[in-house]
Amino acid sequence: MTSLLEVEDLRVRFSTEDGVVRAVDGVSFEVDRGQTLGIVGESGSGKSVTSLAIMGLLRGRFTVEGSVTLGGDELVRADPDFVRELRGNRMAMIFQDPLSSLHPYYTVGNQIIEAYRLHTGATKRVARKRAVDLLGRVGIPQPEGRIDDYPHQFSGGMRQRVMIAMALACDPELLIADEPTTALDVTVQAQILNLIADLQEEFGTAVILITHDLGVVAGVADEALVMYAGRPVEHGTLRQVFYEPRHPYTWGLLSSVTRLDREPEHRLRPISGNPPSLIDVPSGCPFHPRCPYRMLPEPCSTEVPEYAPVNGGHLVACHLSEQERTETFARDILPRVQSSVRKGG
Amino acid sequence: MGSATTNTTSSSTADTTGDAAGTGGVLLEVTGLRKHFPIKRGIIFQKQVGLVKAVDGLNFTVRRGETFGLVGESGCGKSTTGRLLTRLLRPTDGQIVLNGQDISYLPQRQVRPIRRDMQMIFQDPFSSLNPRHTVGSIVGAPFRLQRVETEGGIKRAVQELLELVGLNPEHYNRYPHEFSGGQAQRIGIARALALRPKLMVCDEPVSALDVSIRAQIINLLQDLQEEFDLTYVFIAHDLSVVRHISDRVAVMYLGHIVELGEARQIYQHPLHPYTHALLSAIPISDPDVDQARERILLTGDVPSPLNPPSGCPFRTRCWKAQDICRTERPPLAEKATGHQVACHFPEDRALIPASDR
Repeated sequence: MTSLLEVEDLRVRFSTEDGVVRAVDGVSFEVDRGQTLGIVGESGSGKSVTSLAIMGLLRGRFTVEGSVTLGGDELVRADPDFVRELRGNRMAMIFQDPLSSLHPYYTVGNQIIEAYRLHTGATKRVARKRAVDLLGRVGIPQPEGRIDDYPHQFSGGMRQRVMIAMALACDPELLIADEPTTALDVTVQAQILNLIADLQEEFGTAVILITHDLGVVAGVADEALVMYAGRPVEHGTLRQVFYEPRHPYTWGLLSSVTRLDREPEHRLRPISGNPPSLIDVPSGCPFHPRCPYRMLPEPCSTEVPEYAPVNGGHLVACHLSEQERTETFARDILPRVQSSVRKGG
Repeated sequence: MGSATTNTTSSSTADTTGDAAGTGGVLLEVTGLRKHFPIKRGIIFQKQVGLVKAVDGLNFTVRRGETFGLVGESGCGKSTTGRLLTRLLRPTDGQIVLNGQDISYLPQRQVRPIRRDMQMIFQDPFSSLNPRHTVGSIVGAPFRLQRVETEGGIKRAVQELLELVGLNPEHYNRYPHEFSGGQAQRIGIARALALRPKLMVCDEPVSALDVSIRAQIINLLQDLQEEFDLTYVFIAHDLSVVRHISDRVAVMYLGHIVELGEARQIYQHPLHPYTHALLSAIPISDPDVDQARERILLTGDVPSPLNPPSGCPFRTRCWKAQDICRTERPPLAEKATGHQVACHFPEDRALIPASDR
């Protein structure tokens, strides 16, 4: 059985004055209808570039290699016109900053209507009715009255709702949400995440949710993919990644966040150092300079670890043996990340 | 309104890390603080068409050596408050007393010497560092501006500061763009620390940083506090970060403080419905815990401060609102020792995530 979206060995690089940036370096995953994949990573981890590559939005100086198929149709090597047909139609995207992704000069109605008519060839009247319907669906009060408003007349949360309405105009099979709530307040974030989950249930959309916030992933995703320096380092079900994480970077992320469900400790446990430059990615495992469990000099600084399954579908790229990982996790990490409100803690 | 400005109860010093003990007492006292921004229209004959009440009557005190957290969503007035405290803005009304001196309406010329005692750290480390100056000149600027003599010259003082905040002193001649976000924030901290201020106002110091870097900066701020006996006013929208670093917390909504108390009180037994909603909206990075807890979904957005609701500012989104909430603004009143709330119908249940599991 093939999944709706299949990404295989996706690679994106581009040249700059300082050298070649390998923004994405061998990412593979699948997402099925009705499923949500959370992609987690820090800035520069390649998570946004991955989504742009899927949408076919990287042209010019970007070199995209590998394979992306949506419902069996190959996108990477496809004709740009073919991908443009799909974009906004079978796959859609919402961005972090809704103000800069909406055109300030056109009313929101105009922008939704334009996209809808372009893909369906509907009449103006039908498209307008559809736009009002969508705006109501995403929770904008009195949509008939607001459809002729300009983006600046909406608040941040409402703009993001407009973006979602626009993305859903053609009932896409795949929705990519790139940090959809990062610019929003927490109470509004909760509303938007809820909305995405409801709409997904209703339409059976496949969702890729890109975020730096592990809590957001924990709340809405089915699977999680952790990226570092353009590479996938861990991928599994939500339970695998949160309760049996096997990569030291995931451990670091999980134990460095402040949490409401744990008694505050006197000191946090940050990951030491800074994320690497993608022009000069460390040799071997890209995380080794910051990894407290590295084995030096070999193999961590010399060999790129294989991205291999540990059990079932749980994939990890790390040189530590499974036994070392299990033991280290139980000994060092679990006590730091276990919620104090969980039973048996 | 405006009750209980004195919080002299020496309640549970358990989480104040004990370093407030030495001098103790109040470092900063704020009474009835207001900042209203007029909205004007017209080019030559400007006419006032509205008034944004960004900060509308704050009362609180900050004790020596403590971290006072100020949380709220965008537009609640927390940053304006920070700028008033450091006198980057002039208050419309009210009083700010720092270290026994009323600084509320001092002209800028007289504020400058006081900046030795109070400094600010900003959210965006890059836009708060001049891209055309070297790190040495940025961090050394306070010494030059305040004409402070340093032993061994400014360069040595700067290099010591850089080392103190975890940067390589040899990077003295580099420019801000050569640093990562976390490092740039360290430069901002070094500059704020240069003259050994008593009060540091940190305005969202970690929100722009990556998760793994955030923890480094928080630890650094805590280390520096211990070493130099600093008092922090820590402004942030992230309630879990604020809980980690703060001794006491004030929750703001539309220019008002709606709840104020020890961090423990606010997080384990919040009284204001808004605080409950805020806390329940924060994602928790544990799928079972996150998905099991009750989430209070507020409807709508924060109302415009240009046209705030009558009575209680939160009533338009509050599920408990009654008639009295529309007609009468609840005063900030003490409900338990050191725990104040401005609500007609405060909640009396413990916080959801910590209970019943």
